[in-house]
Amino acid sequence: MSVTRSDVEHAARLCRLEFSPDELETLRGELGRILEYVEKLRELDVTEVEPTLYGLAGSTPLREDVPGEDTLAREDALAGAPDEENGHFKVPGVL
Amino acid sequence: MKGFESVIGLEIHAQLLTRSKLFCGCGTGFGAEPNTQVCPVCLGLPGALPVLNRRAVELAVLVGEALHAHTNTSSVFARKNYFYPDLPKNYQISQFDRPLCSGGHLYVSDGGKRRRVRVTRVHLEEDAGKSVHLDDAGGRRTLVDFNRCGVPLIEIVTEPELRSPSEAHALLKALKQILEYTGASSGNMEEGGLRCDVNVSLRRVGERALGSKTEIKNLNSFRNVERALEYEIERQAGLLAGGTAVLNETLMWDAGRDRAVSMRSKEEAHDYRYFPEPDLLRLELKGDWIDDVKSRLPELPEARESRFVESLGLPPYDAAVLCGRRALADYFEEVARLTGEPKSASNWIMTEVLRTAKEGATDEFPVTAANLADLLTLVRSGRISGKMAKDVFARMAGTGETADDAVSRMGLRQVTDVREMRTIVDAVLSENPKSVADYARGKKKLFGFLMGRIMEKTAGQASPTLAESVLRERLEGVREGDANT
Ligand SMILES: [Zn+2]
Repeated sequence: MSVTRSDVEHAARLCRLEFSPDELETLRGELGRILEYVEKLRELDVTEVEPTLYGLAGSTPLREDVPGEDTLAREDALAGAPDEENGHFKVPGVL
Repeated sequence: MKGFESVIGLEIHAQLLTRSKLFCGCGTGFGAEPNTQVCPVCLGLPGALPVLNRRAVELAVLVGEALHAHTNTSSVFARKNYFYPDLPKNYQISQFDRPLCSGGHLYVSDGGKRRRVRVTRVHLEEDAGKSVHLDDAGGRRTLVDFNRCGVPLIEIVTEPELRSPSEAHALLKALKQILEYTGASSGNMEEGGLRCDVNVSLRRVGERALGSKTEIKNLNSFRNVERALEYEIERQAGLLAGGTAVLNETLMWDAGRDRAVSMRSKEEAHDYRYFPEPDLLRLELKGDWIDDVKSRLPELPEARESRFVESLGLPPYDAAVLCGRRALADYFEEVARLTGEPKSASNWIMTEVLRTAKEGATDEFPVTAANLADLLTLVRSGRISGKMAKDVFARMAGTGETADDAVSRMGLRQVTDVREMRTIVDAVLSENPKSVADYARGKKKLFGFLMGRIMEKTAGQASPTLAESVLRERLEGVREGDANT
């Protein structure tokens, strides 16, 4: 299965990644080889097999609905913000 | 619109009434200062891991069961990937191909018709933060508050089988009622407790295949849902009538300008690249756990409404109003139980109680169920008239007094004693000799005038039925007397 240059560009856009033309070409080859390998796996008949989604068995643990102590003070929450205004995280306008 | 029919599906998000968020212990209270209910998990800080809230699962299953859906004993969380400042992880934890509940239905009454509408699925997901977009002297910027980020939501998806904007409105109303009855969600659209996206397409009458559909987002009131659908149906009909195809696109409702605007039509907008959430395992639920949740389902609005009609003898309209909110239906049942008179309880609640409650604009009832029941009992025993009771009620609503206290403070009692009434009536008749004489000569409408004098004399405390029968007795006596002389 061949991957086109526009496939790579599309995936890059979705991931907000920027690549040089050389990098795009390298990725096109690498992604193509991954898909070839998946094609090979598809030769197996797995219609009767439940897909494996997790490396661990069992159900996800549950917690009680009790407000915990991990909530941060606002200064701490905002400490990692690129910028702040009025207690909010401030980012470049998106509208 | 001629020759076309509309096909509408809804996607409803409702906030679950939990104390803490879906995957972390941060609080969920509405109206907190920005960014004071956040932690490493809901801020998406590296290394933080989500742990699922048991109560959120219970509430979601409760809603699923109330919608007659099947609760899956194994469901899977998935990452929905997209970039937006209100989503710090750059993905939302949701459910995709293995939702918590599948299939189901609810009944929708619109224009006198009751229809069963199928529910595709009910799943759990986390809410995003809230962003405010500013463009002023401080520059063009977006401010984000992550208090809502990670708040538990259920998404309820209906099959595209609603036929009109008003039917969509009716479905939302019915669903809001179910959410409120189960206690899973407030269903309050203003505080973001309930949000709705709609998809709509038109097809020629008689055709089976669905036309291209558009999705409209950002609908935050029942009215907006109906209005946006009306707008969009009109727009699509115009396009199709002119031979133009409808584009599959996502629109944003602009309530201020009363129209839908196209969102940036990027093809990748819908490319969410879902995959199983590696930070959570499969959610496995045991059959008896599900049965236990199911056993906690309350009597649902529809069943309660028909019981009010069939067992308590209420008119269907009254039953529908009283069952509109669970608290109101509970209040009515309490008054009906205490008085043993469902009909008069309903009449009072439908008029005085709801009117006073509306004026006060609170959810609290102006008079407690026990106090209202006592008031109705006083009326029934004849101690006060129904007319007096309205004044007593108004006083009780203002002061919080019991019925007995209000009646005695107002110095009210009803004249129900025949001898006392005769004395009053005789006094009135002797004060109005001309009217009595005219009545005797055939001016029958003076009866009403004399009744009015009696009420005036007793300051409204005469029992009307007793006053009427004594007056009739006395007037007939007068006429007989005249005939004899
Ligand atoms: Zn948190």
